[in-house]
Amino acid sequence: MERQITCINCPVGCRLQVTIENGQVTRVEGHGCKRGETYAHQECIAPARMVTAAVPVADRNIPVSVKTRTPIPKEKIFACMKQLAVLSLKAPVYMGDVVLSDVCDTGVDVIATKTVE
Amino acid sequence: MLSNELKQQVQYVDVLVIGAGPAGMAAAIAAREAGVENLLVLEREEHMGGILRQCIHNGFGLHRFKEELTGPEYAQRDIDKVQELGIEVRCGTTVLSVDEHRFVTAISKEKGVQLFEAGAVVLAMGCRERPRGALGTPGSRCAGVYSAGTAQKFVNLEGYMPGKRVVILGSGDIGLIMARRMTLQGAKVLACVEIMPYSGGLNRNIVQCLEDYDIPLLLSHTVVDIEGKDRLSGITIAEVDEKRNPIPGTEQHFDCDTLLLSVGLIPENELTQQAGVELSPATQGAVVDDNLQTSKEGIFACGNVLHVHDLVDFVSAESFRAGKAAAAYVQGKKRQGRFVEMKDGNGVRGVVPQRLMIPEGETEPVQVMFRPAAVYENATVVLTAGGKEIMRQRKRIFTPGEMAELTLKPEAIRQIESDTVTVDILA
Ligand SMILES: Cc1cc2nc3c(=O)[nH]c(=O)nc-3n(C[C@H](O)[C@H](O)[C@H](O)COP(=O)(O)OP(=O)(O)OC[C@H]3O[C@@H](n4cnc5c(N)ncnc54)[C@H](O)[C@@H]3O)c2cc1C
Ligand code: SF4
Repeated sequence: MERQITCINCPVGCRLQVTIENGQVTRVEGHGCKRGETYAHQECIAPARMVTAAVPVADRNIPVSVKTRTPIPKEKIFACMKQLAVLSLKAPVYMGDVVLSDVCDTGVDVIATKTVE
Repeated sequence: MLSNELKQQVQYVDVLVIGAGPAGMAAAIAAREAGVENLLVLEREEHMGGILRQCIHNGFGLHRFKEELTGPEYAQRDIDKVQELGIEVRCGTTVLSVDEHRFVTAISKEKGVQLFEAGAVVLAMGCRERPRGALGTPGSRCAGVYSAGTAQKFVNLEGYMPGKRVVILGSGDIGLIMARRMTLQGAKVLACVEIMPYSGGLNRNIVQCLEDYDIPLLLSHTVVDIEGKDRLSGITIAEVDEKRNPIPGTEQHFDCDTLLLSVGLIPENELTQQAGVELSPATQGAVVDDNLQTSKEGIFACGNVLHVHDLVDFVSAESFRAGKAAAAYVQGKKRQGRFVEMKDGNGVRGVVPQRLMIPEGETEPVQVMFRPAAVYENATVVLTAGGKEIMRQRKRIFTPGEMAELTLKPEAIRQIESDTVTVDILA
């Protein structure tokens, strides 16, 4: 399988042509430097993203902002947002507090990035 | 003239910082660390942190902290430092005026009008978004048209979604970030429409905010009609030619209830103008020297009020230098030397600083920043002084979406004999 991706490691934004066979990256073309090659492997085999969101806090009229502590698999982004949407948080929430542990079986916790007292 | 009664109310401050965003906080921290005791920061909002408070996405601090933080987390590091150093910050206090003698008036609910005289003033008021009026977008003036930053504030700080079917006009970073935010929080983003043939945003944002969610980026397109009576019901877009005029027959219609405008930021310089500080037409911020001092002695500027930055890390770095220079100024450490002008040359817009001092004593390296006027691949930036090349640097790419930065070394500065230095990009 052939895939076209854009390297995001620097402003050049090289267009990479990646060949994937049996779930393995076998060829990368179009990269301006070595970092592009590494990125192609990561992005085509196990793409991951940090998820950030604003989550309501009961009894408060302002939401608390949260993030996954580390990137989670890209295909779980919407499932993660769904779990966050049904959370019922109570104030106070402090920056760094775990608001949801092991989101969608990723082993990754979601933590607050601000304090709502 | 002030009456004697008023004179008694004037508080003297060595360094007065206006704004407690990342720029103001960094300037205050640097001034305190340089030994300024009598230091005050005035902030209009109820909280420190500036625009970072609403930027809940990650991507801040990679240069400064070697970590990827969200906006509120980045701001908190500076807030903690400001508090640790015991710096006085008055929130909920809006500065109303500044004059060239550094006489400052401010107002707050609790204290009413306050008068200050400052040894040095640091302007750190940030920037604001270009409003719809300044753009001349056609069609009806119905509800549902917001600036991207206003929508960001609604969603991230107030927990309120402005709409369900969204089109974004302009591909600046705020627009891209909001395309993803609206999608994640449950809206359908139909397209991001950009009049220029290239995006104004960072590459990583195009990939992670648009491509990840299959949101089309329509370059060389613009909005030609906005429909709806009370609430927006749809828009029409069309492709544009090289002169940015819509091409008939290329129209496309979208049913949508929300249009977000992400069409640029302008430094917030009303106070700067009042103080009689010279502004640069290219940056729309103050003209400064390499110490971040404006055309008025003792008035310094840094952060987005000086020129619109992409990365907060560079805002902090610049503002530390401004705070340090303001401290040196009130401590009477005068620099001696002669000034040369820095000029925008081919392919270069808004060089900062616009003035450079060639000091008599020791010469320090100087950070020079500018925006490329177009996309240049494998190009070289060349600095010339009186026909003599003093520095050149090659780069794989220059794009208007990314501020270019270079360090002018002391050896290069000492070679300058003319009154001007020109910065050119050679393709
Ligand atoms: C929507 C958006 C997204 C961004 N995304 C990123 C990103 O992903 N990564 C990144 O590195 N950077 C990002 N940035 C850039 C970064 O956030 C800014 O460069 C930075 O916040 C600018 O700092 P500042 O202190 O100059 O301005 P601001 O943060 O705007 O702070 C200015 C402060 O001055 C106060 N003020 C203004 N006028 C007065 C007055 N008259 N009296 C008293 N106080 C006043 C304001 O209330 C405000 O608190 C983004 C910026 C925006 C707008
Ligand atoms: S491959 Fe190298 S040069 Fe190309 S975008 Fe990635 S990091 Fe930049």
